Amino acid sequence: MSLLTPNPGLIFWMLVVFLLVVFILAKFAWKPIIKGLKDRENEIQGALDLAERTKSEMVKLKADNEKLIIEANAVRDRILRDAKEASDRMIAESKDRAVVEGQKMIESARDTIRNEQHAAISKMRKEVAVLSLQIAEQVLHRELKDKESQEKLISDLASSARMN
Amino acid sequence: MYTPLRLFITTALVAATCFFNLPAQAQESAQHEPNPIADTVNQEEHEIEHNLEESEQKFNIGQMIMHHIADSHEWEFSHGIAIPLPVILYSADRGIELFSSSNFHNEHHEYNGYHLVHGDSETIEPVDHERKIYDFSITKNVASMMLSAIILVLIFTSIGKAYQRNVGKAPKGFQSAMEIVILFIRDDVVKPNVGPNYEKYLPYLLTLFFFILVNNILGLLPGAANVTGNIAITMTLAVITFIIVHINANKNYYKHLVSPPGVPAPLLLIMIPVEVVGVFMKPFSLMVRLFANMTAGHIILLSLFGLIFIFQSMFIAPVISLFALFLNFIEIMVAFIQAFIFTLLSSMYIGSAIEEHGHADHGH
Repeated sequence: MSLLTPNPGLIFWMLVVFLLVVFILAKFAWKPIIKGLKDRENEIQGALDLAERTKSEMVKLKADNEKLIIEANAVRDRILRDAKEASDRMIAESKDRAVVEGQKMIESARDTIRNEQHAAISKMRKEVAVLSLQIAEQVLHRELKDKESQEKLISDLASSARMN
Repeated sequence: MYTPLRLFITTALVAATCFFNLPAQAQESAQHEPNPIADTVNQEEHEIEHNLEESEQKFNIGQMIMHHIADSHEWEFSHGIAIPLPVILYSADRGIELFSSSNFHNEHHEYNGYHLVHGDSETIEPVDHERKIYDFSITKNVASMMLSAIILVLIFTSIGKAYQRNVGKAPKGFQSAMEIVILFIRDDVVKPNVGPNYEKYLPYLLTLFFFILVNNILGLLPGAANVTGNIAITMTLAVITFIIVHINANKNYYKHLVSPPGVPAPLLLIMIPVEVVGVFMKPFSLMVRLFANMTAGHIILLSLFGLIFIFQSMFIAPVISLFALFLNFIEIMVAFIQAFIFTLLSSMYIGSAIEEHGHADHGH
């Protein structure tokens, strides 16, 4: 029967020791242990979340990169096309301009030639007139000296005029 | 308005528990009061000891088992090898008295007007029966309990330091071994049974588990005390759980107690006493379960060893030793299981009392 009868002294010591153990362990053991466990769990969860986020970011980045490459290619193509167009246009323009320029030069050369021609012709005319005058002068001068021939000439002229 | 009511009920319940225990105590001390009975008991004890020393033929196995299970004022490792423990007595006239239990080692087991009475368990009685004394001695159980308390504090404060030191590192060594147990208690015992507010009760429940476990295992060592197989220890643990449950219990719990939902009014006459008895049965079952399991284990082991002394045969001893070895392994398992069950049921009682909505869980 004594086995089933709690001893008050033992209850007293049990209360003292057990409550002391609960207090000491709660303050110096369970608090840091539970905190450490929780921190570690949060850390692991955080790391997992971060990995997941990084993964999705990588996927997005990859997609972005591809888009960028496609855009860059498009830009490059456009620039090349533009450049080609520009050069083509320039070549065509310069060709046109050269043709026009050449035409103009030819024209001006023609003008010059024509002018020169005119000048030369008029000079020649003048020369011929002067020369004819001189010839005429000399002829006249000689004719007038010789009466006989004058008369002959007149008669010749007269005869030829009649014949006509 | 609600808190004073709760406090009142808790106080009433605690008072009732204490009150129920008093008569038994009074009866017990009344038994020992007449001097002749104490003397005859002592005489018998003397004879037994005498017989044990003289010849092992008259080996009293019942006495031997009771002697090993019960508390004692000295820590006996083997016959004759014992550590005397301090005896602390309080009496109104003499105040606090402190002396070694080795002072009782004389012909009459008497010292300074006190008598060490050997019965099923040891008690100290004043020679003068008019005096009333209170025995607060550091008995074998108290000493063993203090030892386990020191072990617990040393182990877990060092683990706690390890957690502070190795922040952000993997646990190693003993820390990771204990972590498995701590995580098991937290995640599989406390969290699902107590509910979302489990963190408030976690320190108590963890201490409870490891205190019972360490005491169970220490109790299995040869020459050790049977701490968790002592009803005073299990009663104290059960009462602490009971107090925690009823201090923290919410309105639903008390409402459920006085008016269980869905019960017709006439039936309340039966249901309310049943519910109230149920409230006391929970800690009572906690107390008896641990006490009975540990004591039964010790009795079985001691009986087996007693068989060796009864048969006194060369051929029986190895067989019994093997069987005892097997039972020792079972007892190690029981040590874990009982610590686990006590913690599990305590968390369930707490959980059912602080459950926010729905019906409080009836006892199991």
